[in-house]
Amino acid sequence: MRYISEFRDRALAENLASRIAQEVQPERAYYFMEFCGGHTHAIFRYGVQDLMPPNVHFVHGPGCPVCVLPVRRLDDAIELAEKYNVILCTYGDMMRVPGTGRRSLIKAKADGADIRMVYSTLDALNIARANPDKEVVFFAIGFETTTPPTAVAIKMAQAEGLANFTVFCNHVLTPAAIGHILDSPDFAPDGPAQVDGFLGPSHVSAVIGSHPYEAAAEKYQKPVVIAGFEPLDVMQSVLMLVRQVNQGRAEVENQYTRVVTRQGNRKAQALVAEVLELRDSFEWRGLGAVQNSALQIRNIFAEYDAEKRFAVSEKQSREVKSCECPSVLRGVMKPTDCKLFGTVCTPDNPMGACMVSSEGACAAYWSYGRKRAPQDAA
Amino acid sequence: MTDRINMTHGGGGRAMAELIRDVFHKHLGNAMLGRGDDAGLFAVQKGRMVMSTDGHVISPLFFPGGDIGSLSVHGTVNDLAMMGAKPLYLTAGFIMEEGFPLIDLERIVWSMAQAARAADVQVISGDTKVVERGKGDGVFITTTGVGVIPDGVDISVANVAAGQSIIVSGTMGDHGVAILSKRENLAFETEICSDSAALHGLVADMVAAVPEIAMLRDPTRGGLSATLNEIASATGVGMVLDEGQIPVSPDVAAACELLGLDPLNTANEGKLIAICPRDQADTLIATMRAHPLGQKAAVIGATIADPAHLVQMETTFGGTRIVDWLAGEQLPRIC
Repeated sequence: MRYISEFRDRALAENLASRIAQEVQPERAYYFMEFCGGHTHAIFRYGVQDLMPPNVHFVHGPGCPVCVLPVRRLDDAIELAEKYNVILCTYGDMMRVPGTGRRSLIKAKADGADIRMVYSTLDALNIARANPDKEVVFFAIGFETTTPPTAVAIKMAQAEGLANFTVFCNHVLTPAAIGHILDSPDFAPDGPAQVDGFLGPSHVSAVIGSHPYEAAAEKYQKPVVIAGFEPLDVMQSVLMLVRQVNQGRAEVENQYTRVVTRQGNRKAQALVAEVLELRDSFEWRGLGAVQNSALQIRNIFAEYDAEKRFAVSEKQSREVKSCECPSVLRGVMKPTDCKLFGTVCTPDNPMGACMVSSEGACAAYWSYGRKRAPQDAA
Repeated sequence: MTDRINMTHGGGGRAMAELIRDVFHKHLGNAMLGRGDDAGLFAVQKGRMVMSTDGHVISPLFFPGGDIGSLSVHGTVNDLAMMGAKPLYLTAGFIMEEGFPLIDLERIVWSMAQAARAADVQVISGDTKVVERGKGDGVFITTTGVGVIPDGVDISVANVAAGQSIIVSGTMGDHGVAILSKRENLAFETEICSDSAALHGLVADMVAAVPEIAMLRDPTRGGLSATLNEIASATGVGMVLDEGQIPVSPDVAAACELLGLDPLNTANEGKLIAICPRDQADTLIATMRAHPLGQKAAVIGATIADPAHLVQMETTFGGTRIVDWLAGEQLPRIC
């Protein structure tokens, strides 16, 4: 099958594995952060770690949009559905994420809230058209990949005069997160964690291009390789990172050339810029408040902004005690270092978002990796 | 006759009698059903009998490759077949929602009758109830079946041991993807059809050729991964699969790729898993491939001794991973 099986070819994988093994310097370790949960899952699902030399380590990054959404915002969404009696449309990944008191959208739905799982913003618009007497809120989450569809939905709603449709906007931005991680004490030279380079976001970069990472690569002297989500993409990108590290380079390279360009999709960027604007600061689960790291709906589209139409209450949102998701998201802990992992916290009974999401690191370890001894901590 | 189900159709009066006559007996009618007794009567066969029940609540009711009517026959027939039995009789309970179009009901009952005829089973007793609008989802059908196990056939999870071969009868995930493609909020263009089918004919050929088959099971909800984990936990063996040997049609693989689903977690309604002694696997595969419902049969792995009873898989990529139960329902991803 074109574009699937070619990137999962065993002979090519073995060839890449032997080149990586030849080129790594045995006396040093390599720590590469795969920013995206999509990479984490490719690594585990295809057993990529099995094909790596023992001194190449993957550090799992915060690139799981469901995981980095702070509990407070999820609590707000549940409140919208329950208190304001709206139809809340959400991507499926959010459904089982535990909020404060382990309340989730799926539990609120069981208690009678009208929560619909959608595949795209267009489905949410259809629901709004079909239910003119109900308020319909689209729970928008995700990195830059999912921002253009949100912008399109808002523009379509405006063009149609769809007065019962609003968006609860939680979109976040990747370049700001990379800078924030590298500024944190965790990754300081004497800090507990180490990173020598990044497997950069693939789908995100299809939208924003590879150039937004150039400043961070230069400033922090860390190589970034934009990497596709297929296992061969990941392996080739590791080889490219190993070469940069060995040669003392810190550049942004693009492995995912079949999709990503340096400039990205300018039409999508223009659309997003027309509808959404930077927030001064946004709370990330695990990372805390990050400057200029998220988007909000521009004032000219305020009537489609759920945060302006509905007043959510002040609340004391809390994570499950002892859940180490925040440390996992910062790359300072492996899921298996968390004492809840696999004991009380499993995908059937999740304590934190990282065990729920199809991009969460804990879910990857649990679903694909339990047979292995835990990798040595990064 | 009105054109929609209303509360009088469940009221026990003339409307209900007419519905039973004009829809149910018209299509499902046989000598036993026609007698009008309170229960179906049948002679007890020599040997061991098996009995199984299955409720069907599928949405949408009509999907590519079948509908709730045919599915309600295949589901129960297959449960009996997985014991090595020849299915004989079914009963059917219908819970219908007020307002359900009679034309759809008749289409479902007709399809049920076709499926029963093809499977050579008779529906010998039935029940209809009507619930108020909003308290059902169109129609729910519960079928119960009885069958007889031929002498010398002993198929049970208790026979599973380390060192046996694991076989599937064909491609994985067709039914689940076909259903998803027609869900109201997820509609996408595909030619994928449900594999819904009665498997007892295939099973009869299999047990005739290889009476030593340890166990059979149909990987319905939760797909191959849930069923194999169920067997592993029940028997205490582990399993090692070879991903490259698991048949998945290109269309299903592509749809799963787009939707973020795994064909191994996706439901089947016309496939079976067989576990048999390793030295019988070739014979069994040859027998299965000679049957129309087993043309893509393949040995996908083996049982091993493993105190942790994990299901592991060598990936086509050359690594190894475990194949886990699905947590909750498969949910689409966002990125």
